[in-house]
Amino acid sequence: MLKPLSAYSVVWFRAGTGCDEGGQNAICRQDFSCIGHSGTIHPFMHIGRCRCAGGTRQHMTTDTDSAVELRGVTFRRGTRAIFEGIDLRIPRGQVTGIMGPSGCGKTTLLRLIAAQLKPHKGELLVNGQNLHALSRGRLFEARKQFGVLFQSGALFTDMNVFENVAFPLRVHTQLTDELIRDIVLMKLQAVGLRGAIDLMPDELSGGMKRRVALARAIALDPDILLYDEPFVGQDPIAKGVLVRLIRLLNDALGITSIVVSHDLAETASIADYLYVVGDRQVLGQGSPEELMNSGDPRILQFMQGSPDGPVPFHFNAPDYRTDLLGGNHG
Amino acid sequence: MAKHSALERLQLLGRAGIDVIGAMGRSGITLMHVLFGRRGAGTGWHLLVRQLYFVGVLSLAIIVVSGLFIGMVLALQGYTILVDFGSEQAVGQMVALTLLRELGPVVTALLFAGRAGSALTAEIGNMKSTEQLSSLEMIGVDPLKYIIAPRLWAGFISMPLLSAIFTVVGIWGGAMVAVDWLGVYEGSYWGNMIASVDFHKDVINGMIKSVVFAFVVTWIAVFQGYDCVPNSEGISRATTRTVVYASLAVLGLDFVLTALMFGDF
Repeated sequence: MLKPLSAYSVVWFRAGTGCDEGGQNAICRQDFSCIGHSGTIHPFMHIGRCRCAGGTRQHMTTDTDSAVELRGVTFRRGTRAIFEGIDLRIPRGQVTGIMGPSGCGKTTLLRLIAAQLKPHKGELLVNGQNLHALSRGRLFEARKQFGVLFQSGALFTDMNVFENVAFPLRVHTQLTDELIRDIVLMKLQAVGLRGAIDLMPDELSGGMKRRVALARAIALDPDILLYDEPFVGQDPIAKGVLVRLIRLLNDALGITSIVVSHDLAETASIADYLYVVGDRQVLGQGSPEELMNSGDPRILQFMQGSPDGPVPFHFNAPDYRTDLLGGNHG
Repeated sequence: MAKHSALERLQLLGRAGIDVIGAMGRSGITLMHVLFGRRGAGTGWHLLVRQLYFVGVLSLAIIVVSGLFIGMVLALQGYTILVDFGSEQAVGQMVALTLLRELGPVVTALLFAGRAGSALTAEIGNMKSTEQLSSLEMIGVDPLKYIIAPRLWAGFISMPLLSAIFTVVGIWGGAMVAVDWLGVYEGSYWGNMIASVDFHKDVINGMIKSVVFAFVVTWIAVFQGYDCVPNSEGISRATTRTVVYASLAVLGLDFVLTALMFGDF
């Protein structure tokens, strides 16, 4: 007797090896037989992942509940410190927002997590693994556990929408063209752009580009989805769509989502947990409600969007009067 | 314009020196990864074939037209000088030797740097500024293997072939002017050429030059794109640097190679 969809937990297995948990579901293979368990085709489901009774997620074998953990991380650009010994834990399976004023290093933090930048000090663990200690080849292999939505979308301009979403599947799997097509259609259906399958990136609006990029980011069913300023430059409808998608994908796929943003309302509305960074450190953390009621004036200034407060409006500069009277420049 | 003290100027000079050495180090590391790194996900011959088309086939028009006109001009100039000495029959060997030893490899390399090299830099720089290279990294695909390597090999393979085509077309253009227009005896034009051109000394040495230029020009082009500051000004500067550095490198290396190949020391 099959259980309803809500009763099935997510099980990971290698393509072609089948799922050996859940008794009757041992037949899950590349033939999509697992889709039938729930009686409906789930838009995010495909080879490599199935829902079956009694299963446990393979990546939960790590002994920590943190998907990402930063311990005393210091990062500098030249002589300027961006982060000075910060500690941060991203809880598994939740939407975590990383917020802070522009230029505080939020995107840098995302690139550190994705091992595109190397910290000068400290340790950074992803699923218990220190990516910065891996060789170049193994690092690229390990990055398959990430999906990243870049600020610009970063679609490949010489490929149409279909080829963009199919790209990760083509390079990392041996699936047939028919299967890849079905998976791409499911991913595009999930972001509402199945109808745009033949369009080129320059024919898409900014919001559509990000949704296609999101479909590409989830093509390989990553463990961790990183969003870099997903709401910047979007109209209210596109923002609403993205907010809904981030929450929906996180819950449906059971993944960990990290949203880097300075859009307070949108991020607070979907985040389970928030970090506020600034001034080279983590200023505060907690649920959106906790941060709204924080006693720290720096956090309150950010959460309430006040122009005046401990975070200065002006970048470090010499005395204004001295400068105007012909100080150091000239 | 800010004024600098002598000490500040010394500091700027030192910083510029460190930047140059740093760039050379980065370009060397990039080259090592491209040539000897493990073959990564997504790579394949189809990428090379595609780049051979963009880098090589699409450069054919400018190479053929330039080769034709340079051969014609060489024949015309050679004829007007040689005819004063009654040696106009030697115009064929003059055209052939000039093209095989020097102008074929050098002009092809300069044209290649301007046409394909600048395009490679701009394309890779644009991919960097639009985060496409970062995106590839995060998909688990090494951009050095997927983007840079096929372009480097395509330039490396296609430029010597373009140089050969340039030389052949130039010799043919020389024959059109010397034989068909100026009336040099056809048997002398081709006969003197065959008698004086040495396969090893002239043809092979010319090809070696072309291979060296291909390697240097394409390396400079792809590295400048990969290492550029990812904004419009950075891409513009990188593209300019590609043409300037590649041209200077070709001309400087040409002297060194000529001295090694043809200098009787």
